[in-house]
Amino acid sequence: MSLPDGIWTRVEIGLNALAVDPAGLGGLWLRARSGPVRDRVIEALPALPLPLKRLHPSIGDEQLFGGIDLTATLSSGKLVERAGILAEPAILVLPMAERTQPGLAARLAGAMDQGTGHCLIAMDEGAEPQETLPEALTDRLALHLDLDTLPWGQTERIAMDTDALAAARARLPGVRAGDKVLEDLTVLAVRLGIDSLRAPMLALKAAKALAALAGNDAVDQDDLTAAVQLVLAPRATQFPEEPAEDDQPPQDDPPPPEPEQGDKDQNEGEAQSLDDLPLQDILLEAAKATLPADLLANLAAKKAQRAGGGISGAGAKRKGNRRGRPIPARRGRLDTGARLDVISTLRAAAPWQTIRKRESSFERSLHIRTDDFRIKRFEEKSDRLLIFVVDASGSAAMTRLAEAKGAVELLLAEAYARRDHVALVAFRGEAAELLLPPTRSLVQTKRRLAALPGGGGTPLAAGLKTALELAIQSKGRGMTPTVALLTDGRANIALDGTANRTMAAEDATRMATAIRANGYPAMVIDMGQRPERSLKALADTLGAPYIPLPRADANRLSTAVSAALDA
Amino acid sequence: MTQPFPFSAIVGQEEMKQAMILTAIDPGIGGVLVFGDRGTGKSTAVRALAALLPPIHAVASCPVNSPSLDRCPDWAHLTSTEIVTRPTPVVDLPLGVTEDRVVGALDIEKALTNGEKAFEPGLLARANRGYLYIDEVNLLEDHIVDLLLDVAQSGENVVEREGLSIRHPARFVLVGSGNPEEGELRPQLLDRFGLSVEVTSPKDIDTRIEVIRRRDTYEMDYEGFMEKWRPADAELRDRIVAARGHLKTMASDESVLRDCAELCLALGSDGLRGELTLLKASRALAAFEGADAVTRAHVRQVAPSALRHRLRRDPLDEAGSTTRVGRVVEEVLGESA
Repeated sequence: MSLPDGIWTRVEIGLNALAVDPAGLGGLWLRARSGPVRDRVIEALPALPLPLKRLHPSIGDEQLFGGIDLTATLSSGKLVERAGILAEPAILVLPMAERTQPGLAARLAGAMDQGTGHCLIAMDEGAEPQETLPEALTDRLALHLDLDTLPWGQTERIAMDTDALAAARARLPGVRAGDKVLEDLTVLAVRLGIDSLRAPMLALKAAKALAALAGNDAVDQDDLTAAVQLVLAPRATQFPEEPAEDDQPPQDDPPPPEPEQGDKDQNEGEAQSLDDLPLQDILLEAAKATLPADLLANLAAKKAQRAGGGISGAGAKRKGNRRGRPIPARRGRLDTGARLDVISTLRAAAPWQTIRKRESSFERSLHIRTDDFRIKRFEEKSDRLLIFVVDASGSAAMTRLAEAKGAVELLLAEAYARRDHVALVAFRGEAAELLLPPTRSLVQTKRRLAALPGGGGTPLAAGLKTALELAIQSKGRGMTPTVALLTDGRANIALDGTANRTMAAEDATRMATAIRANGYPAMVIDMGQRPERSLKALADTLGAPYIPLPRADANRLSTAVSAALDA
Repeated sequence: MTQPFPFSAIVGQEEMKQAMILTAIDPGIGGVLVFGDRGTGKSTAVRALAALLPPIHAVASCPVNSPSLDRCPDWAHLTSTEIVTRPTPVVDLPLGVTEDRVVGALDIEKALTNGEKAFEPGLLARANRGYLYIDEVNLLEDHIVDLLLDVAQSGENVVEREGLSIRHPARFVLVGSGNPEEGELRPQLLDRFGLSVEVTSPKDIDTRIEVIRRRDTYEMDYEGFMEKWRPADAELRDRIVAARGHLKTMASDESVLRDCAELCLALGSDGLRGELTLLKASRALAAFEGADAVTRAHVRQVAPSALRHRLRRDPLDEAGSTTRVGRVVEEVLGESA
C-alpha cells in the first residue's frame, strides 16, 4: 500500500490529540509490525496522562475485572480481593491485537462504553488483511494508523510537550464547536460511506482536542481538517465522487475542481448543510488526500474477509476444556470455567514439596501454588462434509451421473481415514433433490445412488440452493461443509422453475454469492467437452477453484476432488 | 458513575423504543432482542431502560428480591425483614461469565474464613423479578445459553453442586443486544425473546446530525442535559405505570385474536408463543396509547417486532424477515389505512 506523504506528521498530531483527551478519543489502532517504526510510537506513549497497563489477547476475566486472590487468601486465611486492570482508568496497551477474540473485544468495548475513562492502544501486527482487530473495537477507537510500509527514514522522534499538553487538557472542557462543525462532519462521514455514527462523534472530539492544543476555545478549520484526516479518512468505504449506493441517501457529489456544477442535483435533505461549500470541499480534499490509493481493492478484500473469517461465533472454537478428545494438560488459571487436571497438578507440585515445606510457616502436608495448576484441554475435530451438487440434466446426464456416483463411492471408501462425510444433491428438470443426506455409510450410499434419474433442464440455482441449505444445517451440527459442483452447462431454469436463461443465470450467481457469503469453500468441476466460460465466472463468484475435466471417469474425478480438498 | 444517556433523548429508532416501552409495561411479553450494526445506539437504549422501570417492593435483605417475607427462600440469612422500595433490578450478564457466577455457588469467603457451607447467590438470583441484560448475546458461550434457556423456561434456578442443594425463584425478562455479523443466535434462544428489533444507522443527514449534537451536549454539559431530559423521562415512566394499571381492564375481542392467529398461521411461525406475544404486545401498546380496546391497528404496529424472529430462517432471502412479515401483514390484515 502506498502511503501519502506526511503520514508521520499525522501520527504526531494524532498522538498529541490522544494525549489531550485519551478517554474521549477511545484510543489508537496501530497497524504495524514490530520494529523501530512502531517503537517510536510506543516511546511517545508515556506522555499520555494515565498509567500504562499491558493486556494480552488471552487475558482472563479475573485479571481484567478482579476477583479473589486465591493464593493470598489461602496463605493468610483471610479473604483477599484483588482489583482488576479495568478498575482504574488506564492506557490499556494490547499487543498482538489481531489475535483478539470476539469475547475479549466485547468486554473491552463494554468497559470503554461505561465511561470509566479507559484508552486502548491496540497494536495490530496482522500480516494479512484478514488478520485484524475485531470491528467492535476498531469502531470505538478514534485513531487508525497504518505504518506497515512506512520507512524508518521518514520517521523522527515524536515531540510531546508535557506542559503544553497539560494546558490543553485544562482548556479542553471549554472548547466549543459550532453546529456547523457537527453538520460538516456528519455530512462528510456519509459521503465517505461511513455508516457508524461513532465516527463523526470521535472526529468531533479529535477536533476539539486539537483546538485545545492550539490554544483556541473554538474549533477552527485547521483542527477540523486534521480531525477529518485522522478519524474519518481511514474509515472511508467509498470515494466521495462515487454515486452513493442504494442504502445511502442519493448524493451526486460534484468533482472538486468544479464545485458549483453538480450542486443543483443535491437532494433537499442536505441542501441547508451545503451552503458553505468551500469548507466542505476543503475537508473533502483533505480526506481524499489521505485515502489510500487502493481503497477499492482493500474494500473488496474486506468484504471477502467478512465472509470467510468473519463468522466467528462461539461455536467455531475447536480447542476447549469441555468436550472432545483429551490433549495434554497445560498450566493455566482456574478462573474461566476451566477444569483442573488433578493428577498433572500434583505431579507439577511434587518436586517442590521439600523446599516449600521448609519455607512455609504452615503445617500442611501438601503445598500447592497457583503456578502448579494444570488445566484439562480437549480438542474437537469437526468432520468434513463434501456436498456433491451434480447436474443430472439433458441427454449426457446418464454417463456423467454414473461417473459422479462412482466418485462419491470412491471418496466414501476413503472416508474413514479422512473423517469425511458425503452428501449428494442432483438437479434436473425444474428442481433439485437431496439424493443422499450426509452419510459415511457405504451401503446406504450404494442403495440410494442406484435409483438416480436423469434428464430435463438445468436448474443450477436450485441445486446450489439445496446445497447451501444443507451446508448451513450441517454446520449447525458441527461439520465443515465443502460444496463440489459437477456440471457441464449453463443454467437455463430459474429458481421459480421457469425456463429463462437470463433469470436462471442471475439466480445462479445470487446463490453462488450466498454460498460465498456464508463462508463455505467450494469447487467447480466442468465436465463438458469444452470449457464453459460462464462456469469459470461462476467459480470466481464462489471464490472456488475451477477444474475443467472433460470426459472424466470416477477415478480421475475423485483424485481431482481429493487434490482440491487438500490444496 | 454518571447516569446513562436518557431514554427520551434517543433520536429516532422508534421501533426499538416502542419495544422497550412495551416490555416495561408488560414483562410477560418476554423481553427484547436488539440486533443491529455498530454505533446505532443499541447499548445506549438498553442501559437507559432501567430509568423507565417503576420501582418494586421487596424484602430488604432478600437475595432474590422477594415481595414478602414468606416468599423468601429458606437458605437466605435475612438480616433485615423490612419491606423496602427499590428500583427494578437490571442485571448485566457479562460475556465470559462463569457458570458459578450465573447460578450461584459455594460462598468461598465463608468457606475459607469460617469453614461454613453457605450459598452465594448468583446473577440469576439478583435478576429475579427484574431484567437480565446480555450485551453481545450471540457471542455467549453455549453452556451458559443452555443454562439460561432452562431457567428462563422454568422460572426456577436449581443448584446442585459442591454439596449444596438449593432452589430459588428466578423469573426475569431477557434483554439482549448483538451484531448479527458476529454470529447467529440459536433458534431456541431467539424464541425466548418476546420482541425483536433490527436497528440500522439513520440514513437521514438531519437525524444523524441531531444524534451527534445530543451526544456532544450530553458529554459537554452533563448536568444541563440531564436536567433538560429528566421531565420527559419522568413523564414516560408515569405513562408506563398508568398503562400497567390499564392493562388489566383492557378488552380484546374475538376478531383481534383471530387476526393474531391468522397472521401467525400465514407466516408459519412455530408454536403458539408467537400468537401470545403478539396479543400481549398489542394489548400493552393499546394500554400505552390509552385506548379502550385492542384494535387491528395495534396488532399491525407490533407485528414486525413480535414475529420477525420466529420465521423459519431462509438464508437466501435477501430481503430479510422484516419485509416478509410486512408483506404477510398486508396480505392478512389488508393495506394500512
